[in-house]
Amino acid sequence: MNLKFHKKKITGILTVLPENEVNFDDEIDNYDFSRGQSMKLKLIMGYGKRRVVKEGTTASDLCIFGLNYLFDNNFLKKDEIDAIILVTQSPDHFVPATSHIIQGKLDLKQDMVCLDINQACSGYPIGLNQAFMLLDQEEINKVVVLNADTMSYKVSHKDRGSRPLTGDAASITIVENDSSDSVIYGSVYVDGKGADALIIPAGGFRIPSTAKTAKLETDESGNSRALDHLVMKGDDVFNFVQKEVPPMVDNLLVKADKHKDDIDYYMFHQPNKFMLKKLADKMGIPYDKMPNNVVENFGNASGVSIPTAITHNIGDKLMEGTLLLFLAGFGAGLSWASLLMKMGNLDFCNTIEFKN
Amino acid sequence: MKEKILEILSEIRPEFDFENSTDFIGEGMLDSFDIVSLVASLDEEFGISIDGTEILPENFSDVDSIYHLLIKNGVTK
Repeated sequence: MNLKFHKKKITGILTVLPENEVNFDDEIDNYDFSRGQSMKLKLIMGYGKRRVVKEGTTASDLCIFGLNYLFDNNFLKKDEIDAIILVTQSPDHFVPATSHIIQGKLDLKQDMVCLDINQACSGYPIGLNQAFMLLDQEEINKVVVLNADTMSYKVSHKDRGSRPLTGDAASITIVENDSSDSVIYGSVYVDGKGADALIIPAGGFRIPSTAKTAKLETDESGNSRALDHLVMKGDDVFNFVQKEVPPMVDNLLVKADKHKDDIDYYMFHQPNKFMLKKLADKMGIPYDKMPNNVVENFGNASGVSIPTAITHNIGDKLMEGTLLLFLAGFGAGLSWASLLMKMGNLDFCNTIEFKN
Repeated sequence: MKEKILEILSEIRPEFDFENSTDFIGEGMLDSFDIVSLVASLDEEFGISIDGTEILPENFSDVDSIYHLLIKNGVTK
């Protein structure tokens, strides 16, 4: 589905990374790789350093830390916030919504909208889409889009498919109305038939967590995980991305009447280096226009990898000028979504560390 | 080209006899991570980028299927 928004803009992006860093080299013995295979995959996939929270830290902790940073540095005032959208698949609790917990802990005004959106790797553009829609309301002038995940809790330490890539992070994006004639193009797609390609089987109401669901089982590939852990069918996800993302990009470029070369940067979700290089090759996009360095430096924190790629790679440029960006997310659901928009002259666009 | 394919396969999984197998996947000689390594090596060796939509197990079941995949992706020598 194609979407189009008028007179909306992003005015700031903040990425919050846990200070705790794990290095792939220190974890090699957890996985069923030979040493040579590990070293080769490290280069190809981008296994490297991952930022993960310490026990007890949740998505809301990262968001509250970042919001307090913005309040303390006068980038944001509490009474300006008319809506909070939190995109996460790692809520503090099933009930209530984590955005409400954040509103309460920060003592924000009651006269506001708070929404949780259950989306993973496509969550950043989907959350922004919702923010743009909310801004059509007369009384909503500023929306805070929070994207946060701490999925490291849910990935087995014996799962070589997911563990070496998984990181935790949060991002805060401020979205406002724009007095200029700006146009933002977007698209969203869903294929629920692929729901089991990325799934945590137990822990919800369908299969509640029990001692049995916490027991590790080894699959035919040598990965050991429990039903309480994230399961990723890596082959299925890879093929879904290679098949669906290029036509999504082509479609939105046509809708916006833009050529591939007109885009300054393609800021895509960062699943791993190999997948991103294959996408870039297929679409004929130079690697320097599609950064793929988030996994190796910070790990893949679901949808947060998009704002992380932005603040890490082009934060300074977005403070000083304006760029035409293509954002794309793709993953659990299955879902895939994109945005094509000008972004720039931001009030802030940087990364901070959460101390714990 | 087939000799080079066999050489790369042997570098990735030296414990297997790839020359005399026609079912690398079914016989457990290559898993999905091996295929990723194989694709990266083939891309580098032949100066191509194998199309991501063609990185499917059936295209890596034996030397002939890999050979045809390379031809399809523009390798001529």
